[in-house]
Amino acid sequence: MPPEAASPVIEFRDVSYRVAGTQVLSGFNLQVESGETLVLLGRSGSGKTTSLKLVNRLLSPTSGEIRVKGVPNTEADVIRLRRSIGYVIQDVGLFPHFTIERNIGLVPKIEGWQAARIGARVQELLQMVGLAPEIASRYPHQLSGGQRQRVGVARALAADPEILLMDEPFGALDPLTRDELQREFLLLQQRLHKTVVFVTHDLREALRLGSRIALMEAGRLVTVLAPADFLRSTDPLASAYVRAFGEGLESAANRGTS
Amino acid sequence: MNVFRFMLHNQHQVLQLTLEHLRLVGFSTLFAMLIGIPLGIGIAHRPRFNKLVLATANIIQTIPSLALFGFLLPVPWLGARADRLAILALTLYALLPIIRNTYTGIRGVDAAVVEAGRGMGLTESQLLFQVELPLAVSVILSGVRVAVVISVGLATIAAAIGAGGLGEFIFRGLAMVDDRVILAGAIPAALLALLADFGVGWLERRLQPR
Repeated sequence: MPPEAASPVIEFRDVSYRVAGTQVLSGFNLQVESGETLVLLGRSGSGKTTSLKLVNRLLSPTSGEIRVKGVPNTEADVIRLRRSIGYVIQDVGLFPHFTIERNIGLVPKIEGWQAARIGARVQELLQMVGLAPEIASRYPHQLSGGQRQRVGVARALAADPEILLMDEPFGALDPLTRDELQREFLLLQQRLHKTVVFVTHDLREALRLGSRIALMEAGRLVTVLAPADFLRSTDPLASAYVRAFGEGLESAANRGTS
Repeated sequence: MNVFRFMLHNQHQVLQLTLEHLRLVGFSTLFAMLIGIPLGIGIAHRPRFNKLVLATANIIQTIPSLALFGFLLPVPWLGARADRLAILALTLYALLPIIRNTYTGIRGVDAAVVEAGRGMGLTESQLLFQVELPLAVSVILSGVRVAVVISVGLATIAAAIGAGGLGEFIFRGLAMVDDRVILAGAIPAALLALLADFGVGWLERRLQPR
């Protein structure tokens, strides 16, 4: 069945996930449209990361299905599926024994690209994420946390995937570096228009980066709102978030592109 | 020094027994690696079996070596050739440090790195050969190093069942109550152990991931 043109890029259909007697996710329905940044917002244990891992099949749902580009993701070869989806995690997970160039170029390399093409792509990506070309020959431990996370983003983008899954990518960074990376993420996204699912527990980040915010609690989807609507929402959980984060949220929702 | 005069005088035999010794240690270490490393990888990926495998290797380790050599003697085919038997026994002893260190090394690879690799679409074998093994190699080699050093010492006992090696001198010296003969076996054995320790240690540092 060919996917229709307007079909969502990622679609959760009545997805439940249970592990060791714990219901991590229940009755989860969500559609992610092409080119948007959908933020999954919620506290620890609300099922955000689980939802993300269900997309690239690091986990399999107990029931329900996840469609990627209109096709159930279990129908595709799992390795092909993962290589077509960029994945960025909080701990970055760079390969410590590889240079930055090899880290970024790994998927292209196992996909059989020519060395020259990989080298050019690595340089292009380094520039895209704001890193100096000479970084290519360094090792991860020689980089700062912010630089490492930039490399993590570059690596996820290496084979030019349409979809990007980001699991609290800026969560472990200091506030200034985080601010910098958030701003650059927005600029990058204006250029690339990837379909992004972004996990965070930081409302400010969600308002700033998301085109829509999916609020989660205890394995359920509470509501999906645009950033501006989130601030005005009468939903008790949404307003609890707004209260907890206090002043200055409007500017974040206005994309604070200062 | 009497010992060295004795060794010089019997240099051909010293050389021959040293080579025999090396052969025992070399083959047994090789076999232990061929069995122990895959087994260690296996239990690192399937922790359900780790207790069983490690406990078995542990129990083997506690069998007194002389008893194990004697115990294996009546085994057909094996018992017919003392050196085969010695290699088998030494292989069994070398298993524990190699299995344990492989297990520890693979388990010690940063979970985020493995998850990132898997999420990027590496196959399980790409993950093993390009990520897990390179990152665990120095831990695995330090297990091999322990195994080799233990084997060099244990192989001297193989002479008791007629498998040759530097133990020949030691046992002969004991029978003759002649220190020179004992030392002619013990000194080269100690040197071998030191050399092996140094050699594998060097390799370990060379292959250390940054």
